[in-house]
Amino acid sequence: MATPAPHDEQARFDAVIAADEKIEPRDWMPEKYRRNLVRQISQHAHSEVVGQLPEGNWITRAPSLRRKAILLAKVQDEAGHGLYLYSAAETLGTSREEMLDDLLEGRAKYASIFNYPTLSWADVGAIGWLVDGAAIVNQISLCRTSYGPYARAMVRICKEESFHQRQGYEIMQTLAQGSPEQQAMAQDALDRWWWPTLMMFGPHDADSAHTQQSMQWKIKRQSNDELRQKFVDQTVEQAARIGLTIPDPELRWNEARGHYDFGEIDWDEFQRVLGGNGPCNRSRMRDRRRAHEDGAWVREAMLAHAEKHNRRAAGAAA
Amino acid sequence: MSQRHLPLWEVFVRSRRGLDHKHIGSLHAADAEQALLAARDTYTRRQEGVSIWVVKSSDIHASQFEDEGAFFDPAEDKVYRHPTFYDVPEDLKL
Repeated sequence: MATPAPHDEQARFDAVIAADEKIEPRDWMPEKYRRNLVRQISQHAHSEVVGQLPEGNWITRAPSLRRKAILLAKVQDEAGHGLYLYSAAETLGTSREEMLDDLLEGRAKYASIFNYPTLSWADVGAIGWLVDGAAIVNQISLCRTSYGPYARAMVRICKEESFHQRQGYEIMQTLAQGSPEQQAMAQDALDRWWWPTLMMFGPHDADSAHTQQSMQWKIKRQSNDELRQKFVDQTVEQAARIGLTIPDPELRWNEARGHYDFGEIDWDEFQRVLGGNGPCNRSRMRDRRRAHEDGAWVREAMLAHAEKHNRRAAGAAA
Repeated sequence: MSQRHLPLWEVFVRSRRGLDHKHIGSLHAADAEQALLAARDTYTRRQEGVSIWVVKSSDIHASQFEDEGAFFDPAEDKVYRHPTFYDVPEDLKL
């Protein structure tokens, strides 16, 4: 079979994107499209993996067996979501080891939100409600991303994720209906997590390095600001329903826009945490590295076990 | 007298871009290239697919049907993995 000239391949790629169809692993794609996807999907995978740490902090101290079982199941899901995403990135020709090295050696990013500490049990509720709520808004949009394996991973993740947000909201609801101390705990968690959650959507569209190109390639289907607005609009009523106050004096309904107006994010803080100087950046990486190193003997033992069985099978066949 | 059989291949077809390859059936063929041609002629005569995978059946390892109970049992009592388990207002978009 003759190899088509590059401009034909580019034209076919463009046509697939224009028709809102999916690019699949063996299709020709521009090198920059591939690199952009590897960056985004692997960052997404790293976020799932590092995201286990703040919540994992509370597994041993969950207030009941019910909450403990739920939290275990949720953290287990996050690990699973990391695996789906690493696999999707691997279809682009990058290896699992490369991606893990990039994370462990500090070359790769993960969602900055996980560099904030979980100080009380209410933080577990706030993460489920707000952080997973924001992730869902982003991920629902990504179900329509142009790269097939990424889109399919997103569909699966969104389906599984729907319990994460509800369990978080349920925790907040329970605390908000509890004693004055419990109510204060819930409000304090909302106060600390609200702004970092809004930062999860990234810089304003005008300041975002990758947005324009990603939108053209339909890797991203909605911009950072659009998604952030969507999240704010749906979260305001959820907070009001359980009597919690969103810590933003500028938050108000704008009849003309049909959306809530809200205050400006502290972008200095955003840059500081992104640059490695958030409250927990170092401990997160230290914990991740330690987990990886502590797990080395398990990986080695699994390989040794498989090799032993292969040798025995070969011996029996001879 | 020795008889040589053509190996068995499992066929997976992607019906259109954006969907997963789905198992559709199997066939016998001498090598991967022949298996692909045979799969095209056997399973996509009416444009049922845009992409085909063939995998040697002997390369597929499956869970055992008779172990089904014990194998899938860990998921049985974890109803909290489902969103409907949670007691939150139904009219809220959550």
